[in-house]
Amino acid sequence: MRKRITLYSLTFSLPLLLWQLVFFVFPLAFLVALSFWTVKNFRMEPAFDTINWVTMYGRSVFWQSYGLTLALAAGASVLTSILAFPCSFAIAFKLTPKMRQLAIFMMVIPFFTSYLVRVYSWQIFLSDNGIINGLLGLTGLEPIGMLNTVFATMIGYLTLCFPLVVLLQLFSLMFIDRTLIEAAHNLRCGRLRTVFEVVIPSARVGLVVAALFAFILSFGDFVSPVYLGGGDPTTLSILITDTTKSGQQWPRAAVIALTMIGTLLAVAFAAISFAYKGRGK
Amino acid sequence: MNNFNRSKFVEFGLRFYILLSFGFVFAPIAASFVFSFNSDRFPSIPLGSFSTEWYQAVATDPLVWDGLRNTLFVGFIVSVVSTILGFGAAYTDFRYRFFGKSVYMALALLPPTIPVVIMGLAMLAYLSRINLSGQSISVIISHIVICSPFAMAITRLRLSQMDPDLEAAAWNLGASEWAAMRYVIVPFALPAIFGALFITMAVSFDEFAISWFVSGLNETLPVKVLGFLQGQVSPRINAIGTFVFVTSMTLVIIAQILLTRQMRDTNIVAKD
Repeated sequence: MRKRITLYSLTFSLPLLLWQLVFFVFPLAFLVALSFWTVKNFRMEPAFDTINWVTMYGRSVFWQSYGLTLALAAGASVLTSILAFPCSFAIAFKLTPKMRQLAIFMMVIPFFTSYLVRVYSWQIFLSDNGIINGLLGLTGLEPIGMLNTVFATMIGYLTLCFPLVVLLQLFSLMFIDRTLIEAAHNLRCGRLRTVFEVVIPSARVGLVVAALFAFILSFGDFVSPVYLGGGDPTTLSILITDTTKSGQQWPRAAVIALTMIGTLLAVAFAAISFAYKGRGK
Repeated sequence: MNNFNRSKFVEFGLRFYILLSFGFVFAPIAASFVFSFNSDRFPSIPLGSFSTEWYQAVATDPLVWDGLRNTLFVGFIVSVVSTILGFGAAYTDFRYRFFGKSVYMALALLPPTIPVVIMGLAMLAYLSRINLSGQSISVIISHIVICSPFAMAITRLRLSQMDPDLEAAAWNLGASEWAAMRYVIVPFALPAIFGALFITMAVSFDEFAISWFVSGLNETLPVKVLGFLQGQVSPRINAIGTFVFVTSMTLVIIAQILLTRQMRDTNIVAKD
């Protein structure tokens, strides 16, 4: 390892650093400054005024959205983790290596494939005259209103998070020492008990990180609550888009955004310390 | 393995659950495909007749073509720049140790974890302050921020399969650092570089939220779709959607084939 700073080393390290400083750190830092600006006659003016914070935090609507968003994201995170676990467990332990590789290959595809259009397509299934109600109609049952409900929003969050959560869970499950599981079986430990007392504790870090990503993704998403949940009641991300696009209330939108970042940081920190708690003994 | 804790029923159930999961994941993609060829205005079952009228409607819509041209233009520049930046960062992490490296790595990897609405708002506010908002360049700048981490991760994985002594060997044989880069590192990382090009293009191609905030009138195709969604229910979205799915799936599949093949090649070399 040579430690000198050379033209060569700077050629490779500097471009990304500069780019992320100028176009990632600065915009986020500017958001902090912006939250103290004032809006007069629909024009923003640089200032140092806590009015935006006071106004937003004084509104019960804001806190309702905050609670709702938190609850939805936590719900989505738990639901996705629970529904994804049997899938990743089965892929990790019940498939041949070749089939496992194929399954991973297939799970990566949707992660990079337009979430927006996939959510739109769910409308085809869930709308009043959609596929599911069409099937119900054929069996003579009454149609169910599914669109614009929390159920539909959850379907959207699942669409967003499920592939990523399966992949993250899978990577931690694949690295579990299999002799541990065999040892448990040899000691006549039941199937479910093995899962809860051997598999899940061994894969804890990966499982928590997966749940954390599901939380982050659904906490910031505005597509599912708008197009599947009907946009009412409002989540924080909807509040941001509305506040930004209607008029010049960007400073207030900045307050919401910063509150969201603070919440995400706190949750991420709590989750990571929970994941590593008691490790390294 | 002993046969305690094995039951055919559970084995079958778990495998069936995998199928069910893939069914859930691919159902919207399949539905979009099927209904894009369906003649009925409102999607439902039973299906109407086979029809390509929605594709014709889309193909003759100049707005769609504008959006597509913007998307491709943006995607091409974004993928090239992000791959270059990501490669540089991956190589830096591979070769150097320095003070503040964890901060450097955080900057290199964190951007995709920030919710897109927040990134969108921050970029809009910041870029309009420096007079760069409402143009294609605004979308390009923001997309490079969120795409280069993917390029970085992909290249870094590839470099970790390389023996660090290879580069040192090249120096000892008289190659300059630049020559070692040109003849050792880049050829070794080439599959990952191409993989990164395709993945970043797919990410840029599908990104709509930040684009929606910063693009102004130079909308990319996904932003047009967002506009469509707010307007009306139209099977035309299924036609565009199918096109979008096919395009990004192709990009991701090519990238994955490149990346898994490189892994197999390395394993064969390692076994020899």
